[in-house]
Amino acid sequence: MIPTLQVFLIVSAALFSIGLLAALSRRHAIFILIGIEMMLAAANLNFIAFWRFNPQPKQPIGVMIALFAIAIAAAEAAVGLALVIAVYRHYRTTNVDQLDQLKG
Amino acid sequence: MSWMVHYLWMIPAVPLAASLVILSLSNARRKGAAALAVIGQVLALAMSVLAFAATLQVPGFRAVRNFTWFTFGEQTLRLGSVLDPLAAAMLVMITLVGLCIFVFSAGYMAEDKNFTRFFAYLSFFSGAMLGLVIANSLLLLFIFWELVGLASYLLIGFWIEKPSAAAAAKKAFVTTRIGDMGFFLGMLWLYGRSGTLLFYDGGNGCLENAALAMLGTSATFIALLIFCGAAGKSGQFPLHVWLPDAMEGPTPVSALIHAATMVAAGVFLVARVYPLFLLGAINGVSSSLTVVVWIGVTTALMAALIAIAQEDIKRILAYSTISQLGLMMVSLGVGGVAAGIMHLLAHGFFKALLFLGAGSVIHGCHGEQDIRKMGGLRGLMPVTFVTYAIGMMALSGVPLFFSGGWTKEEILHATAHWPRSHAPYYLMLAGVVLTALYMTRQIIYVFFGSSRAAAERAHESPRVMTIPLIVLALCAIFLSVVLTPAWPWLHAYLTGESVRFEIARLLQPMLFISLAVVGAGIGVGIWTYRKAGIPDRDRPAEIDPLEYAQPGLFRFLANKMWIDEFYDGTVIAFSWIGARFSDWMDRYFWDGLVRGFGAIGQLFGTFTASVDERGINAGVDETTAGTRGLGRVISEAHSGQIQTYLGAIAIGMLALLLLYAWLA
Repeated sequence: MIPTLQVFLIVSAALFSIGLLAALSRRHAIFILIGIEMMLAAANLNFIAFWRFNPQPKQPIGVMIALFAIAIAAAEAAVGLALVIAVYRHYRTTNVDQLDQLKG
Repeated sequence: MSWMVHYLWMIPAVPLAASLVILSLSNARRKGAAALAVIGQVLALAMSVLAFAATLQVPGFRAVRNFTWFTFGEQTLRLGSVLDPLAAAMLVMITLVGLCIFVFSAGYMAEDKNFTRFFAYLSFFSGAMLGLVIANSLLLLFIFWELVGLASYLLIGFWIEKPSAAAAAKKAFVTTRIGDMGFFLGMLWLYGRSGTLLFYDGGNGCLENAALAMLGTSATFIALLIFCGAAGKSGQFPLHVWLPDAMEGPTPVSALIHAATMVAAGVFLVARVYPLFLLGAINGVSSSLTVVVWIGVTTALMAALIAIAQEDIKRILAYSTISQLGLMMVSLGVGGVAAGIMHLLAHGFFKALLFLGAGSVIHGCHGEQDIRKMGGLRGLMPVTFVTYAIGMMALSGVPLFFSGGWTKEEILHATAHWPRSHAPYYLMLAGVVLTALYMTRQIIYVFFGSSRAAAERAHESPRVMTIPLIVLALCAIFLSVVLTPAWPWLHAYLTGESVRFEIARLLQPMLFISLAVVGAGIGVGIWTYRKAGIPDRDRPAEIDPLEYAQPGLFRFLANKMWIDEFYDGTVIAFSWIGARFSDWMDRYFWDGLVRGFGAIGQLFGTFTASVDERGINAGVDETTAGTRGLGRVISEAHSGQIQTYLGAIAIGMLALLLLYAWLA
């Protein structure tokens, strides 16, 4: 049985929410990055779902978009990790609660 | 020679100019100052003699020269100078006496450090006095009158370090000012009624018939008001109080101003405006003239009585001057105008002589002025003694050789023939006795007996001081030549009549009465004061014989009849109250008003300041504090924590989504 579109959307939304929750509530910087990756994955799933249930699924539009998104996600994860390393080298911590130099 | 009257103005101008030049000299140039003053006076004397000669041409000579000072609207103010026997005789007397006094001062003031200033003031006075006698306008006369008063003030208070001199100068000025107020009022009234202040103006002058007809009964009051000024200046009762105090000035000043000339200005004024006094007179008696007579009588007797009890050599002479001026006023009042003026001229000479003699005595006794501390100067200062004796006999009225005797004779003659009353005649006879009495007393104290105190070291004065004394003594004697009844040349000259020489007139009964009276006076004086200054039975040396006999009377007279104290208690107290009231008003009332306005302004300022401070400033401060507080609150949103920012983004995104869904 093929799940309907709504199921995919619900899953995607749930994945997005979990990712958002992780990004907002974890103290460790790498976990925030994980959360961001999950949100990106959720967005990719959304794209594929809408592509698949589109009346004309011959051109691989959704797949292309998802592929681009994955590549960009990878690049962005690299940059993010570089940031985390730089921050760790300077502040000796990955606890984002302690990175409040921009306070005020 | 009426050309003379066109240059008459130069007579006062020369001493005035000399005074200005001397004022510009420095203090060190003493000889130059004295020389300038004397030269100015000599020139004035020469011109006066020329003017005098000009008036001899015709009996009743009068030449006037009037000029316009300024015009206002349709009226013009005209001034002028007049040359007639009265003016010419006064000119010669003033310049001659002045010259003698100037020369005397060069010796008397030789050690004074303000020598130059003294001569400047003397010259200024001389010029002003000369201007006074030739003035043809009452206004011009008043101007010079005030200038003479100014000169008197400056000279009485010449020794500025002496507070008594400054007080005396102030007293003189204020007292004469009171008289001058009356003078000014009379002048205004006269101008209002007659439209002119010129004396003689070709028929239109205020002393000539056209104007006199316009005056009517107001002439009496105008004359009395002008007499107020004369009474102030000539020291008549009740304005005589300044004259004795004026003796604080140097002795030449007393001689010039307060004996010979300035105080004579009052008598001169009455003689000048005599037609005003005569208006409405019946038989030579009018109400204004009666007032003049009685005031003169009072003054003459009062001053003579006070003089008997004075012990300052100059005070005796001052009271003597007041008494003689009273006598002159009596003479003018009873109709003897020529007699009064002749006495004025003679008095000028011998009173100046007496004052200069007193100055010589004071100089010789090294500054001593108390006659009880002098004595026996007859041998030590012979020239002074002889000239002083001549002056004394002239003043006492010894006839024959001394001018004063003849003039007094004339005056008594005039008073005896006054229709209204014979009282002035008898009272003036008493005055003659008193005069002889106090002068004899003075001479005995000063020159006879043995030397007391300062007189022991006395020395005769230098020639520069004794020669003027001799000149004046000679004038006093030789003036009698033109004064004798046998050849009354001066009388005829002044009244414009013709004169004849008649020796018979010399032997009038009245002459013998006067001789007897004067002799009695001198005799009583010699008998009373023959032991003055030396102890006699129970009387110690320094008590005056009269004081010993009648201490109460003597004290009354010695204290000037308490008139000064009376004035202090009434007039001066009254003006003190007025002054203090005005001061109170100024200090508290007006000042309070001003400060009140200031306080209102200050209140407004305070109010505005507080509004500014508490209202506006506080408002601004509160606003900014609120803004800062708000900012602080808002900046707490910048926690610096990434997750907070992420959360904000997420919520914002959600809101946008909902909005998009709702709108679509």
